[in-house]
Amino acid sequence: MKETMFVDPQRCIGCRSCVAACRECSTHKGFSMIFVDYFDRAETTATMPTICMHCVEPTCALVCPADAIKMTEDGIVMTALKPRCLDCRNCVNACPFGVPKYNSQMHLQMKCDMCFDRTSEGLKPMCASVCPTGALSFGTYEQIVPLRRTKPVNVHVFGNQRVETKVYLMLPTDSDEVSVEGVDAADPAIHESWIDTQAEETDKSNQF
Amino acid sequence: MSKVQNLEKILDEFGPHLHDAPDEGWLADRVIDRMVPTHCPYCGVQCGINLLVENEKVVGFEPRYDFPVNDGRLCPKGVTAYLQVHHPDRLTHPLIKRNGNFEKASWDEALDLVVAKFKEIQAKYGKNALGVYSGSSLTTEKTYLAGKFARVGLGTKYVDYNGRLCMVSAGAGNYKAFGVDRAANPWSDIPMAEVLIIAGSNCAETFPILNKFLWQQRDNGGRWIIVDPRATATARQGDLHLQLKPGTDVAVANGILNVIIREGLIDNDFIAAHTNDWEAARAAAEKFTPDVASQISGVPAEKIVAAGQLYGRAKTGMIMHARGIEHHSNGVDNVLSYINIVLATGKIGSAGRGYGTITGQGNGQGGREMGQKADQLPGQRSISDPEHRKYICEVWGISEDELPEAGVSVVEMFDKMREGEVKGFISLCNNGMVSLPDVNRIRQSLEGLEFNVNIDFLMSEASRYADVILPGTSWAEDEGVTASAEARVIKINKAIEPIGDSRTDWWILCEIAKRMGRGEFFKFSGPRDIFDEMRVASKGGKADYYGMSYEKIERQNGVMWPCPTEESTGTPRMFEDFKFYLPDGKAKFHPIEYKGPKEVPDEEYPLILTTGRVVYQYLSGNQTRRIGFLVQQCPEPYVEIHPETAAKLGISDGERVKVLSRRGEGVFPALVVSTIRRDTIFIPYHWGEQQAANQLTNPALDPVSKIPEYKACSARIEKIHSRELPILGTARKGTSQSEVQRGK
Repeated sequence: MKETMFVDPQRCIGCRSCVAACRECSTHKGFSMIFVDYFDRAETTATMPTICMHCVEPTCALVCPADAIKMTEDGIVMTALKPRCLDCRNCVNACPFGVPKYNSQMHLQMKCDMCFDRTSEGLKPMCASVCPTGALSFGTYEQIVPLRRTKPVNVHVFGNQRVETKVYLMLPTDSDEVSVEGVDAADPAIHESWIDTQAEETDKSNQF
Repeated sequence: MSKVQNLEKILDEFGPHLHDAPDEGWLADRVIDRMVPTHCPYCGVQCGINLLVENEKVVGFEPRYDFPVNDGRLCPKGVTAYLQVHHPDRLTHPLIKRNGNFEKASWDEALDLVVAKFKEIQAKYGKNALGVYSGSSLTTEKTYLAGKFARVGLGTKYVDYNGRLCMVSAGAGNYKAFGVDRAANPWSDIPMAEVLIIAGSNCAETFPILNKFLWQQRDNGGRWIIVDPRATATARQGDLHLQLKPGTDVAVANGILNVIIREGLIDNDFIAAHTNDWEAARAAAEKFTPDVASQISGVPAEKIVAAGQLYGRAKTGMIMHARGIEHHSNGVDNVLSYINIVLATGKIGSAGRGYGTITGQGNGQGGREMGQKADQLPGQRSISDPEHRKYICEVWGISEDELPEAGVSVVEMFDKMREGEVKGFISLCNNGMVSLPDVNRIRQSLEGLEFNVNIDFLMSEASRYADVILPGTSWAEDEGVTASAEARVIKINKAIEPIGDSRTDWWILCEIAKRMGRGEFFKFSGPRDIFDEMRVASKGGKADYYGMSYEKIERQNGVMWPCPTEESTGTPRMFEDFKFYLPDGKAKFHPIEYKGPKEVPDEEYPLILTTGRVVYQYLSGNQTRRIGFLVQQCPEPYVEIHPETAAKLGISDGERVKVLSRRGEGVFPALVVSTIRRDTIFIPYHWGEQQAANQLTNPALDPVSKIPEYKACSARIEKIHSRELPILGTARKGTSQSEVQRGK
C-alpha cells in the first residue's frame, strides 16, 4: 500500500468528526483512537488531531515484552495481538506521540490500524473520509505534494529520540523535521482553559 | 391551557436523554441488508451519506464518496446523525395533555380532538384565529404543503416558518438587488476565486464541509478576508481578519467600497450596462472613508484599506455571508451593502466571480421558495400580486377570494397570540422556546393559547407547551427533496418505515385537512404526488422546478433551479448573461446609511452580547442535545469573555457568572479567551430553559425582513457568590445536561 495518512494541523477546525467516525471502524467498534486537542483555547481556536503515526521502528513494539505489536508488510503498526498482550501498558507509556489506548475491560492495548478493514478493500480510512477540510488526508506522497502549499515531513525529534514515521505532517516548506522540546508543566506561562481540560477528559483518556 | 406543569416528569419520560450507540450496541459483525444513499438531515450543505440498514433498523453510515459536494466528508453531527433514528426519546404515539401530563392516545382520538378544537376556535373567533408555524428542515414537499395546509386546509392567513430566523435578510436583500433569492454561484466556483470575503460566518463550525471548497481555493493560492467579531476557527486562517464590533457591518462594507472607489477599482462598463442607482450608492459610500469606517466598527483603518485593495484588485472574487450580518435589525441593509461591492466591481456571473448567502438550515433554500412564508406563494411568488394569486388558485382549484392575504412574520405571530388574535396554534419543525428571541415572552404567548398542537419526532422545549403532540418521523423514514445553500435540489431517500406509531408530517397535515372537510385539496398518496403538484405550482415562477423529477435529481446528483423544462439540466450559475430578475433586467444598487443595532451599550449594560453556534449542535438542539458524543464535546453553553474584561470584573476562567440583559438573565460558565473583542461577549444559543441565550436577546426586528436582532444586544455580567447551579445546569466536566436532569 503506497497510500498513507497526511496530517495538516493548519486545516484542523476542531470539529472532532474524525473522533466520532473512528468509532465506526470494525476492528474497534465504538472506541475512538483519535485525539483532537486545543493548543491553548485561551489564546487561539487552533486545534490538532493526533492519530497513530505508524513509526518505521515503532517504540510501542520495541518496548513490548511479549512481542504483541506487529507490523504489516505495508508498514501499518497493528493493535496488540489479544493472546499475547500482557496488560503491562508499556506501549501506552512509551509512545512518544501518546497514541495507544488501554482497554481495561478487554485487557488489551488498542490503537489505530489505519482502518485495516477499509484500506484492505480499497476504501479510505474513516477519519480521512469524513474530515471536512483535509486536515486528515489519505493518499500517496506523489498525489498530495502538487495539491498543497505545505510540505510532508515525517521525521520527529523527541530529545535524544529520532523517529521516522509512515504518516506525514504537513508543514511549512522550509521544515525538514519536527523537533519537540521538553515542556515544563509547572511553568506558569502554560495556561490551560477549562475547555481544554474538558476536551482532554472526554477525548484523551488513554484508558477506558 | 398550555402550561408546563410537571417538567421533571416530562424530562424523565421524554428526555433529552443521551443515546450513543446503534441498535443493540457497537457490533462488529453486522450483516447489512441494504445501503440507502441519502443526505444528512442537518445544515444547508446537505452532504451525501449512505445509511446502513440491518433488520429494518438504521445501524450505521458509510461515506458517500460519489456525491460531488462532500465526496464522503461529514461533520460530527453528520457522522452521528443516524443515532437519532432509533433514539429511545423518539415520540412513537400521539400524546394528549391531561392534567399536565402527556397521555398516550390513538390517532383518531388525537386528530378528532385537534379538529374539534380548531373548528371551535374558528367558529368563535374567525378563520384567522389559527396560526401555523413551520420550518425549513422539512423537505420542500412538506414546506409546500404547510403553506397550502394553512391557507386552503385551515383558511388562515397566519402562516410563517423558522427561516424567518435564518435567511430572510439575505433573501430580502437578494430580491431588492437581483430580483431573485438564490446564491448566485455554485460552490464549485469558490476554488476559482482569487479572493473570498466571508462576512459573518464561522463556517468552520457552522458549515464544516464548505471548508473543503475554501481550502481548495487556498491551495490554488487564494486569499481569505474574514469579517467576524471573534477570531473563530475560520477567522484564524484568514489572510485578513476584520474583527468588527457586532452590528457595524454597514460601516465595514461601505468602507471597503469607499477604498475600491478611491483606488479606481470599480467596473464602470458593468455598472453602466447592467445596474441602476450607482450614483446614490457611491455617494453613500463616499462618506465612509477608512477612518470613519474604523471609528464606527473598531476595525483598524489599514485593514479596511487592505481588504478593499485585495478584493478590488483581484480579477476574480466572491463574497459570501451568513447570519452574522443578517441577524440584525438592519440585516437587509448589511446584506445590500455587501451586494453593492459585488455590483461595483462587476464580480458576478462567471467562474470564480460571484456572490452567495450561506443558508443555514438543511432546506433553508427550498423552504423559502414554495410558499410557507407569510407573504409568499409557491415558486417565490408574491401573495399580494394578483397574477400570482390567480395562477396558484388555478393550480389549487380554489376561488381567489378563498385565498387569504399575507399574514405576519413569526415573531409578530407570537405577538398576536399575546394580543388574543391567534388562539389556536399548530407547529412543526421548530422549537421556539430555544430559537425565538426573548423566550420569556414566547412562553407567555404559548401559555395564553386556547389550543396548541405540535408535530415533532422528539419532545422539544416548545413541545412541552402543547395540548396535543402528533409524532412525526425522522428524515430516514420519508422521502422528498431539499435545496442546499447553493440551490442544488437533492433527493432524501427513505431507509426504513416509520417507527412505532409515528406518521410522516405530510400524512398528518393531509389528515387534519381532510377532517377539517378540505380533503378534496389534499389527495396526496405520497411525497411524489406533492412534488408533482409543486412542480406545476412553481412553473413560471422564479424558483421554477417544473422540469425536475426525482429521477433527474438522482441521475444528476442534484438539479439547481431554475429548471423550467424537461430538457433543462438546471442552472448552476445565475446571471451569466448579466440579466437580472428585476423589471428592466438590471441589478440595483442601494445607498446604505449606517444605523447600528437597536440597543447601544450604556452604563447599566456595558457589553455587547452576540450569539451563535457550535459545531456539535444543530439549531435549537432538539436532535443533537440527545446524542452522547455531541453532548460530551459541548455539554452546555458558556459565555466567551476577553481576559481584560474578565479581569476588570474579577472573573476567572471557568467561573459561573450571571449574564443579564433588559429581558432576562442566565447563568453560564465563563470561557476567558482573547479571541473575542474586549467589548463583546458571546453565548452559543442551542439550549433551552435557564440556559437559553435567547432569554437575553433583543426581539427588535428588521423592518423589511422581520429577522430578529440575535447578533447584538446590550448585556452585563455579574459575579455570583453562591455555588448553587441552575436547575438544569450541569457539573462542567463531561457530565451531560440530561444526566443531571435525571438526577444521576
